[in-house]
Amino acid sequence: MRRLLYLLPVAVFGIIALFFLRGLTLNPREIPSVLINRPVPEMNLAPLPGRGENTGLATADLKGRVSLVNIYGSWCIACVQEHPYLVQIKKQGIVPIHGIDWRDDPVEGAKWLQKHGDPYDRVGIDPAPGRTAVDFGVTGAPETFIVDKAGLIRYKHIGPVTPETWDKVLLPIIKELNK
Amino acid sequence: MIAEIGHFALILALAVALVQATIPLIGASRGNATWMALSGPTSTAQVLLIGISFAALMHAYVTSDFSVMNVAQNSHTDKPMLYKVAGVWGNHEGSLLLWITILALFGFAVTLFGRNLPPGLKSRALAVQAMITVGFLLFILLTSNPFARLEPPPINGSGLNPLLQDPGLAFHPPLLYLGYVGFSMAFSFAIAALIEGRVDAAWARWVRPWTLAAWVFLTCGIALGSWWAYYELGWGGWWYWDPVENASFMPWLAGTALLHSAVVVEKRDALKSWTILLAITAFGLSLLGTFLVRSGVITSVHAFATDPARGVFILGLLVVAIGGSFLLYALRAPTLKTGGLFAPLSREGALLLNNVLMATGAGTVLLGTLYPLFADALDLGKVSVGPPFFNSVFLPLMVPMVLAMGIGPLMSWKRGDLAGALSRLKVAAIVALIVAIVTWVAQGGSLGPWWAAAGMGLAVWLLLGTLTELAERTRLFRVPVGQSLLRLGKLPRAAWGMTLTHAGLAVFIAGMTASSAWKVESVQSQKIGETVTVAGYAFTLKTVQDVQGPNYIASRGTFEVTKDGAHFAVMQPQKRSYKMPPMPTTEAAIETTFLGDVYAVVGDASSDGGYVTRLYFNPLVVWMWFGTAMMVFGGLVSLSDRRHRIGAPTRAPTHVPANSVKA
Amino acid sequence: MKRLVLGLALILVPPAYAADPSEMLKDPVLEKQAEALGKELRCLVCQNESIEDSNADLARDLRIIVRERMAKGESPEQVKQYVVDRYGDYVLLNPPFKGTTLVLWLGPFALLLLGVAAAFAFFRRRGASGGPVPAAPLSAEEKRRLETLLKDKDQ
Repeated sequence: MRRLLYLLPVAVFGIIALFFLRGLTLNPREIPSVLINRPVPEMNLAPLPGRGENTGLATADLKGRVSLVNIYGSWCIACVQEHPYLVQIKKQGIVPIHGIDWRDDPVEGAKWLQKHGDPYDRVGIDPAPGRTAVDFGVTGAPETFIVDKAGLIRYKHIGPVTPETWDKVLLPIIKELNK
Repeated sequence: MIAEIGHFALILALAVALVQATIPLIGASRGNATWMALSGPTSTAQVLLIGISFAALMHAYVTSDFSVMNVAQNSHTDKPMLYKVAGVWGNHEGSLLLWITILALFGFAVTLFGRNLPPGLKSRALAVQAMITVGFLLFILLTSNPFARLEPPPINGSGLNPLLQDPGLAFHPPLLYLGYVGFSMAFSFAIAALIEGRVDAAWARWVRPWTLAAWVFLTCGIALGSWWAYYELGWGGWWYWDPVENASFMPWLAGTALLHSAVVVEKRDALKSWTILLAITAFGLSLLGTFLVRSGVITSVHAFATDPARGVFILGLLVVAIGGSFLLYALRAPTLKTGGLFAPLSREGALLLNNVLMATGAGTVLLGTLYPLFADALDLGKVSVGPPFFNSVFLPLMVPMVLAMGIGPLMSWKRGDLAGALSRLKVAAIVALIVAIVTWVAQGGSLGPWWAAAGMGLAVWLLLGTLTELAERTRLFRVPVGQSLLRLGKLPRAAWGMTLTHAGLAVFIAGMTASSAWKVESVQSQKIGETVTVAGYAFTLKTVQDVQGPNYIASRGTFEVTKDGAHFAVMQPQKRSYKMPPMPTTEAAIETTFLGDVYAVVGDASSDGGYVTRLYFNPLVVWMWFGTAMMVFGGLVSLSDRRHRIGAPTRAPTHVPANSVKA
Repeated sequence: MKRLVLGLALILVPPAYAADPSEMLKDPVLEKQAEALGKELRCLVCQNESIEDSNADLARDLRIIVRERMAKGESPEQVKQYVVDRYGDYVLLNPPFKGTTLVLWLGPFALLLLGVAAAFAFFRRRGASGGPVPAAPLSAEEKRRLETLLKDKDQ
């Protein structure tokens, strides 16, 4: 019994070390969304200037079809990186992409789309303090949500969409949801 | 060329460390004196080689040699010389080189001062030191070479994080490392003792001063970091329970426990296997801190850029060093002879209680720090463990500790008289209670936090308890005052050390309580000429001007501050924008008074034509720094005790100063 | 790798502005409550700061939204729930006491108990003076034996 007590430190350390080993493959900065399988938040966002009357984004617009909701802003550096790829996805016509211009000057947001291309069906503006973004549990831009036909959030991708994440993660989910 | 010499010196040091880690160890087990003696010259060679390497990197920084990648990434020609020097350890690779330089210095110190050590113990301990060196040298050489070249060299470097360009933070890492690495001494000697199967008073007498020295450095390092956070981060906080802060606090707690249990080993030959365990744990927690900061498994504001390959390597190092040591402990500790007996109510008992609480405290901090990782790994979801958790769990643990700190020193060894000690503490208890009640009334009862009264009461209890012990030692009021003074003069320095550190902690607790409980804060948009009054200090914003620094531009606000209509101070906080890398920092203006810090921060221009200003009155903050300084000073005084003098571990104190009176 | 981290920082951290005093509520009692709540909510982009302490935009947004909701008459608990519903328990700096945090909250007490029990066992085993509970006083015979024992050890 006493002998066992002397083994306690090495046992405790062993357990901690196993957790560390596991921890090396985890990313503590990646915070999964708690909104998965929950309905898209209530919203009715005004359109970007120059994109036409009825092009804002409302909750009802996300029902009936699988769609993507992409959070962007003209101030967002990483958005520049993913944007050409979004434009490409738009051309493939697999899934409609909607944008939320987050914490931005709408004029700048519109100009930015003119410059980098406009992959969006609908774009809603969510000026500071970004109430809709908070309803979506957004922590930064870009973020991309997959919304199913029933208007439920099914996946959240943090950071730029790259060809790799598209092929391996996002596209399979969209295909599955479209079945 | 010089960088290559530095790199080559590291490789040579590795070869030397391999020799030092093996041959003396074999020599010790075979009783071969020549082989054992090899540990001396090898540790000298190591300090020279690693010293050359460190000097080479320092040279690259001082001369801004941007062909060295490390310098290019972390330095800039415009940087003031102090920060070019500090830049050496302001990054992952350089800080590791500093770590190992200090390790080599400590190893060399054993050779230098350890002439009286039993040769077996010495050579084994040095071999263990060398094993740690081997691990870290491999880590540097294989994953984090500070001397890697950049082709072609950039015209200028990308600069040091401006937050780090501060005198407080420039010296924070070296002090911290002196503390962390200092615990390697206790560790190596613990492992050596386990191999020998012998722990005795001579062992403790050798380990105590080194642990104390490490503790002093670590205390300084942590305090410097806190002080920096206090004046640099711009909202008057000084401790955030951030994983990196916790990483330095856990070894401190374990080290403090070790200091106290080593006393029991030395004086009473008891608690031996527990002390060995603490010695391993204190250094183990230092290594763990290194892992946490550099592996990226825990998020922290201060973390170095992380790299999984490095994480795997350090984890391997941890498993070998800590896991191996604990395994050795499990095998060998039961064979250690149990020592002196003592009653639960005795000085030893009080020190044991201290140890239980300190260890629980360290365990709590460890659990809180690692819990987000545990939860994530077990798929329990992401959780945050922040200051509210630590404050509500850790601080209550320290209450019985402080209570016991008042009583413990009044108990005698082996079997103490609790009732007697308590009756001598009557005055302290009554005054502490009065102070607590007065505090409660003065803050307007429940208008202030309830724990403020408790905190102030505890501070007074500890201070008076410590003074009571001093009075007891000098038999104050029982013998003529002159004789008491004489006794005071003859007190051993170690006793003074204890009195100073415990009283320092009391002062610290008072400062911590007051600054957390009664901070007055005002954030507003202030126009030029407008006056805002905070805690009786009237701040008039006179001007906000642009000023040019060596590598930044700043907008500098000028406040004229008056108290009760009389001039108090002119305060000039700055908001700096550094050029390389581009980053804003705030430089708070702080006027320290005995009762509290007057603290001003100037921010951006606000939309109504004013400036955002943050004005604070932080009560008794200087008491925290002063209390910490007392603790550090107490540690130094205790170190200067000739019984602790490094290098005299086996000699009994026979020498009596000529001018002292024989009792 | 370093570049990746830097890149990540750029994605995650929108440009920072200093907190604006205009955010604060007029009602000082409500403002105090909002502040206390804000101290318990983690700034999601800056890792170890509360939203009250952070200059990040998202922290500022949450400060404003917290205050808006409190001004509308929601209790601090309701507002807290609102934020947790969107960001999960991760946003709470003070983790809630529930199944998944049982070990966290009870661990320290278990450690303390373990420590006390170990000390108790230590004295029991030594039997030096009857254990930590105020046991029956030693008999004269026991005392004598103890004295000799202690004396032996001193030599």
